[in-house]
Amino acid sequence: MFAFIVRRIIQSIIVMLVISLVGFSIQHHIGDPVRDLVGERVTPAEREEIRDRLGLNDPFYIQYFRFVKNACKGDLGLSFFYKKPALEVIISKAPATIELVIVTSIILIIVSIPSGIYCAIYPKRLFSRFAMAFSTIGVAIPVFLTAIALIYLFGVELNWLPSFGRGETVKIGGWWESGFLTWDGLKHLVLPSISLSSIMLPLFIRLIRAEMMEVLETEYIQFAWAKGLRRERVWFIHAFKNTLLPVITVFGVQLGIMFAFTILTETVFQWQGMGFMFLEAVERSDTSLLVAYLVVVGVIFVLVNTVVDIIYGTVNPMVRIAGTK
Amino acid sequence: MKAWSRFKKSYLLYSFKHDPIAIFSSVVLSILITISLLAPVVAPYNTYDTSTFDIMDAETPPSWMEEGNKNFILGTDIQGRCLLSTMIYGLRVSLIIGCGAVLVQAFIGILMGLFSGYLGGKLDSFLMRITDIQFSIPYLIVAIFASAIFKLAFGVGRYEELAVPLLIIIIGLSHWPIYARTVRASVLGEKKKEYVEAARVIGLSHWPIMYRHVLPNTMTSILVISTIQVAEAVMSEAALSFLGLGMPITKPSLGSLIRSGFEYIFSGSWWITFFPGVLLIIFILVILLLGDWLRDVLNPKLYKG
Repeated sequence: MFAFIVRRIIQSIIVMLVISLVGFSIQHHIGDPVRDLVGERVTPAEREEIRDRLGLNDPFYIQYFRFVKNACKGDLGLSFFYKKPALEVIISKAPATIELVIVTSIILIIVSIPSGIYCAIYPKRLFSRFAMAFSTIGVAIPVFLTAIALIYLFGVELNWLPSFGRGETVKIGGWWESGFLTWDGLKHLVLPSISLSSIMLPLFIRLIRAEMMEVLETEYIQFAWAKGLRRERVWFIHAFKNTLLPVITVFGVQLGIMFAFTILTETVFQWQGMGFMFLEAVERSDTSLLVAYLVVVGVIFVLVNTVVDIIYGTVNPMVRIAGTK
Repeated sequence: MKAWSRFKKSYLLYSFKHDPIAIFSSVVLSILITISLLAPVVAPYNTYDTSTFDIMDAETPPSWMEEGNKNFILGTDIQGRCLLSTMIYGLRVSLIIGCGAVLVQAFIGILMGLFSGYLGGKLDSFLMRITDIQFSIPYLIVAIFASAIFKLAFGVGRYEELAVPLLIIIIGLSHWPIYARTVRASVLGEKKKEYVEAARVIGLSHWPIMYRHVLPNTMTSILVISTIQVAEAVMSEAALSFLGLGMPITKPSLGSLIRSGFEYIFSGSWWITFFPGVLLIIFILVILLLGDWLRDVLNPKLYKG
């Protein structure tokens, strides 16, 4: 077990180094820190002097080493547009994205588990057929089209719900801007989170249905029926519990994918989160912010994957052995 | 002729004839592909030729609506181009990028999977480590980052000029691990079979065995994932274009058409978003349905990631 954890951590450090190398090369080739600092109106001679002082004429590997050292200290450079440290900008945008992901996950759980179970228990009923048809078509609808359709219906035609921005937010603990505590903020969350969950719902309904149907066929469920247990007890206590494990695993993986889709959702709804910030950074050629975002997302993914793998290794010894030999 | 008569008796054709969904979706798909390949002939206007459209026609609603114009069946987009023609050309762009990207993915993935599965050992664990690492990062994130970086590196103008090949490379590079894993899994299964041993006994070297004998036997699973991958690639392309990281509006794909229409949706021009959106959904849906059918029929033991 110990060897497995060490191997996993070494692997994640290597991945982080590769990501930082990519990030640094981008900054090195595309970005211009001198412009970021002083703007365009400085003579070439002064520019050269600043370059020298900043160590931009040093060899590539020394600069890369310096970049990694600073990154470990949490210094990822200055954002050209915001005139603030890039990491600070990202952290100030993070709550918006995290809240969107939280609400989306809640919707996912509330909708997919009951309908998945229902479809497994009564596969022939009308609702089940409808849910399956929905999940077949739903996979083919890109998230931005769902979002646009929702905006057009509820924002433009019916005018029930606000269709862009975060609305009124409250500051918690000095930096976490939350939309959870105001009515307006909650109203702004409805459409983005529904469209984000629409991309995952088909998958989860199908997954839960398939797992549940498989479990219902097993012998211990037959035995539970034979014992004469109540239906609800067999379904929810005996069967459902055993469908949960694969579902949780997939949920962990999908959380990362959901993160990718927040970029799309945030663009449609002009949601002031990390994804929206990233696209703005691309439009403004704000290289430092872009690289910082790359590194932050890399850290998040590597951390999540490592933790998930280690937990998995504890639960399921086969994973540990598979990697060795 | 022999191949044809074998095909006529095959289970594949039999199950195709008995599956209305498969027939329906393959008919729709072939119609869409034909129309998009014949775009210069079929489309009422050539949307790449700036002299054929007039900005004064911009945002004309579809012809059956009050302010509609008979010349533009589905109305016009924000630049005054006939929406129907633009959609046909856009579908062609999406199709080219989708198929091109899948070819790139398949090339990288098959090569890696073949070597890693057949040769095994240190090379296998090294290649699979790389695959694992890329697999752990969602492909859409990789594609978005890659296109953002390319856009900054090339500059907006040059990026838009080179958009088609660049998007093929970006989507190709971001989504190959699934091929590597699937091919490796089926190669591992094939490797143990007797025909491979026989080939080795008669003295063939590694490459001919891999290429001539093992690879054809992994084709079933490659075919099944390829259909789904085309749909995914088209979707990725649409997503990138929607984010403004893909095709420029002068040579729009369906994604960039939707993007341009979305900016005007609040002024009531719903058709610029609606029709390309519906076309995109239908296109992806029929490919996915065909892929599902193919998977059920050929039933390869796919590697579940």
